[in-house]
Amino acid sequence: MTDWTRSTAAELADALANGETTSVELTQAHLDRTAAVDGAVHAYLHVDAEGALAQAEASDARRAAGSPASRLDGVPIAVKDVLATQGLPTTCGSRILEGWIPPYDATVVDTLRRAGLPILGKTNMDEFAMGSSTEHSAYGPTHNPWDLDRIPGGSGGGSAAAVASYQAPLALGTDTGGSIRQPGAVTGTVGVKPTYGGVSRYGLVALANSLDQVGPVTRTVLDSALLHELVGGHDPRDSTSIDQPLPDLVAAAELGATGDMSGVRIGVVKELSGEGYQPGVLARFEESVELLVKAGAEVVEVSCPTFVHALATYYLILPAEASSNLAKFDAMRYGLRVYPDGVDAPSAEEVMRATRDKGFGDEVKRRIILGTYALSSGYYDAYYGQAQKVRTLISRDFEAAFAKADVLVSPTAPTTAFKLGEKLDDPLAMYLNDLATIPANLAGVPGISVPSGLADEDGLPAGFQVLAPALADDRVYRVGAALEKLLADQWGGPLLAQAPTLDGVAR
Amino acid sequence: MTDTLLTYDDALAAYDPVLGLEVHVELNTASKMFCGCSTVFGAEPNTQVCPVCLGLPGAMPVVNGKGVESAIRIGLALNCQIAEWCRFARKNYFYPDMPKNFQTSQYDEPIAYDGWMDVEVDGETFRVEIERAHMEEDTGKSTHVGGATGRIHGADHSLVDYNRAGIPLIEIVTKPIRGAGARAPEVARAYVAQLRDLIVALGVSEARMDQGNLRADVNLSLSTKGSDVLGTRSETKNVNSFRSVERAVRFEVQRHAAILAGGGSIVQETRHWHEDTGITTSGREKSDAEDYRYFPEPDLVPVAPTRDWVEELRATLPENPTARRARLQQEWGFSDLEMRDTVGAGALGLVEETIAAGASPQAARKWWLSELSRRANDAGVDLVDLGVTPAQVAGVQALVDAGTVNDKLARQVFDGLLAGEGTPEEVVEKRGLAVVSDEGALSAAVDNAIAANPDVADKIRDGKVAAAGALIGAVMKEMRGQADAARVRELILEKLS
Amino acid sequence: MPDISRDDVAHLATLARIDLSDAELDHLAPQLAVILDSIASISEVAAEDVPPTSHALPLTNVFREDVATPGLTAEQALSGAPEVEEQRFSVPRILGEEQ
Repeated sequence: MTDWTRSTAAELADALANGETTSVELTQAHLDRTAAVDGAVHAYLHVDAEGALAQAEASDARRAAGSPASRLDGVPIAVKDVLATQGLPTTCGSRILEGWIPPYDATVVDTLRRAGLPILGKTNMDEFAMGSSTEHSAYGPTHNPWDLDRIPGGSGGGSAAAVASYQAPLALGTDTGGSIRQPGAVTGTVGVKPTYGGVSRYGLVALANSLDQVGPVTRTVLDSALLHELVGGHDPRDSTSIDQPLPDLVAAAELGATGDMSGVRIGVVKELSGEGYQPGVLARFEESVELLVKAGAEVVEVSCPTFVHALATYYLILPAEASSNLAKFDAMRYGLRVYPDGVDAPSAEEVMRATRDKGFGDEVKRRIILGTYALSSGYYDAYYGQAQKVRTLISRDFEAAFAKADVLVSPTAPTTAFKLGEKLDDPLAMYLNDLATIPANLAGVPGISVPSGLADEDGLPAGFQVLAPALADDRVYRVGAALEKLLADQWGGPLLAQAPTLDGVAR
Repeated sequence: MTDTLLTYDDALAAYDPVLGLEVHVELNTASKMFCGCSTVFGAEPNTQVCPVCLGLPGAMPVVNGKGVESAIRIGLALNCQIAEWCRFARKNYFYPDMPKNFQTSQYDEPIAYDGWMDVEVDGETFRVEIERAHMEEDTGKSTHVGGATGRIHGADHSLVDYNRAGIPLIEIVTKPIRGAGARAPEVARAYVAQLRDLIVALGVSEARMDQGNLRADVNLSLSTKGSDVLGTRSETKNVNSFRSVERAVRFEVQRHAAILAGGGSIVQETRHWHEDTGITTSGREKSDAEDYRYFPEPDLVPVAPTRDWVEELRATLPENPTARRARLQQEWGFSDLEMRDTVGAGALGLVEETIAAGASPQAARKWWLSELSRRANDAGVDLVDLGVTPAQVAGVQALVDAGTVNDKLARQVFDGLLAGEGTPEEVVEKRGLAVVSDEGALSAAVDNAIAANPDVADKIRDGKVAAAGALIGAVMKEMRGQADAARVRELILEKLS
Repeated sequence: MPDISRDDVAHLATLARIDLSDAELDHLAPQLAVILDSIASISEVAAEDVPPTSHALPLTNVFREDVATPGLTAEQALSGAPEVEEQRFSVPRILGEEQ
């Protein structure tokens, strides 16, 4: 009997179309896998077996009637817990939203439902997407399927681990400073941050509105393209959504998969390598660039001098926006309500203060305070205002670089997965994980992370990042798919085939 | 604690009042500012809400184009510049009736700025400079439960209805208004009244102050006479009628003056206006802790009205108020004094509508400026909020013209109209107010009056026609007022000639 | 770049409506100081004439038609409320008045 959990989403779609399997069968297969391994991985915060199977049945009925709702109709998916799902808990990894069941669907979730993808469950994440390890989840960390003592990246470690441990063929993530790409890198999976505005944010519980993007989390570049094409495009409910058609992403991935890179100019960003990057990560990166050159690409070195300020810029803009976004969690209309100890007849304000103290974790409090500071009168110009100007400079650096190169490349994350707990109380060390991914969010450009191999030091996966100009998402798919193909040819299969099977890990 | 007041004259002798007015106009759009929820007033609680206006996690705003259009039209009508590019901003503060704990508003980039409006006070024109008009959203409404008064203090808990949250507001802020001197209260009142006329003419709001469609905050400070230095200001919130605006300014002038004259200093604070007692009381002290942490709303894109659009909207503006007043005065044949009184009473629009409904200009003016002004004054409300419509006034006048009622009976018709007894005709019917047109009964009453007053009758026979008044009075008394006095006079003169 | 003191953090926590305990303040204040120190570089990077970026892409004038559309039912709206009374959100007593 075929183990459908090992198939890609594209293969599953074909198998469904050819009548080789049913949605119920493969949805059940993934649910079984979750039952077997998720006790150890903890990719999910909530599994909706009943709902997923009901959707699978409906999907099979559509297939039987000859009217599938989409190419991916019947292929199950996991959804990051930061996206509102009507009737399913949505906690954002926070105590303050424990038990909250949204009365509405995010646009992308609505799209999944209409397209017939059974929703397996909601995946774990750092609280309100603040973190690079999922250790800031109020419900406990997710474990990296490559080494259960290590972090799966973050904030979308749950989505990446679900896909890496074959609990789902597809997942949705969100990326504010690397939360799709960095987990992809450290779990040996593929993740794409689309152009800002390329995918609707309506129903995405905002971390930093001007940086957040929803994107695909998958095991192959083609699967990402399929999912991206499904959920992407204009949404009138999101004012920042781009009102023009997406480029042909699946075609770009298919073109890339021919392995021909002739005519493509690849810019290696000087500032996104070297100091702070693990040697094994750099080695895999350099080999990948060489492979692309052998396939016909032209390499240029580009300099983006302002990128060294990207991290500081990000850690001013993000907390500022987040401090305001998270103000709505005040115990009045939904979520947790905590009455302060020893206060008789507390006021609304006292209840807000007590609830926000108990309901938010340390990292969230840190960033709210930081953001409140950055926006407060007297400091706005020096911090938030200045950060917005540096943002302009970063965009200009990108513009200049894209004048010389079609895409820019770098390692996705400076290191492989570190040990759980290692950086938990050292916020700055944690923030450095996003060094290479943040510039894309600040400028709104698309980026992909594809596995580049295992670092020599620790045998853990590293990622290769490809960035393209805004609206040219097709380029990251073409280059990403080419690298994927060239490396698979070398390895004799996908990198994930080398990951532990997790058989018998249940705990 | 009761505030000490200086007399108004003493206050004005020593200080110059500086006014600032902030008026919130609730637009009459069909849907809210940032979502599609209905704005119809009076719905069941929390039935006109959605993820956006409830501030649910993940929801995102989308700007109502009509709201922007109305803001631009208001800006143009106030002779403002219209921004070529502006953004919404978040005003961050916590309050339970504000779902997101920030208000989506505008900060340093208002849609309209640098305008003016000429207001007329006692026939003189006073130019009020407009600082800005910007777009924002309303909050929900809290009901306070428990405690003796149902007010906020002493309440046990509160119940919040978010139907109003997200309804579009335009906030119109004046520059400091100096030089009004002793007429500052009247200038403030005239500004708000004429602003309301403008808003009504634009058709962008119901503009009912009593329903909160139009809310005025009155800022006041005093400068020592001859000094340019601005004093510390107080902000009196939610002053919700024209006459209260006037009274609140007067009260604050006297209160500030007493403090300053006594060597004290004014506390910068918000104050509450008490309609019943006519005083303001201390509200919230403005402190350093008040820091709204404004920043551009990242979920909304900038608004950049094209100049073509602005010009299209300019073409839809109603006639400018000064030209309108001149035109109406000519059309109606009012004297300068009559026109000034009409404007001063805030009755221009009402008179215009009454005339449009069929009354003569003089009749319309007479009703609004005498009988109805007296009633509004007694009730402590503005004319527009009295509860009598221009169509009803025209209807009453039509009954007078037809001889169905006389002026005295007409006053009783207004009693019935205010009591909600239906149309003027229905009130006449229900109350049996029609004058008696039965010639037989009238003739008999005249005969009785002549018989009872032979002396007077003789005088009239001798040609002293002026004496007829005494007989008319007697007849009217017998007829309980329900007679046409002119017809009675005719009958008397016929019988005694 | 000014330092951030324990008192500053306490004030910011009040603005942000978070009841930080003494222990939390002790822990948080030095961490924030370190973070602020590391992002201090930013204040000298951009020249006066650099325009700020508030939105990643230069969209303008995204408007909705003024048409009322159905939202949530009161039941849905109140479904997550900690307490409900008379079809309204019941909240603890409110100090102070509207802004």
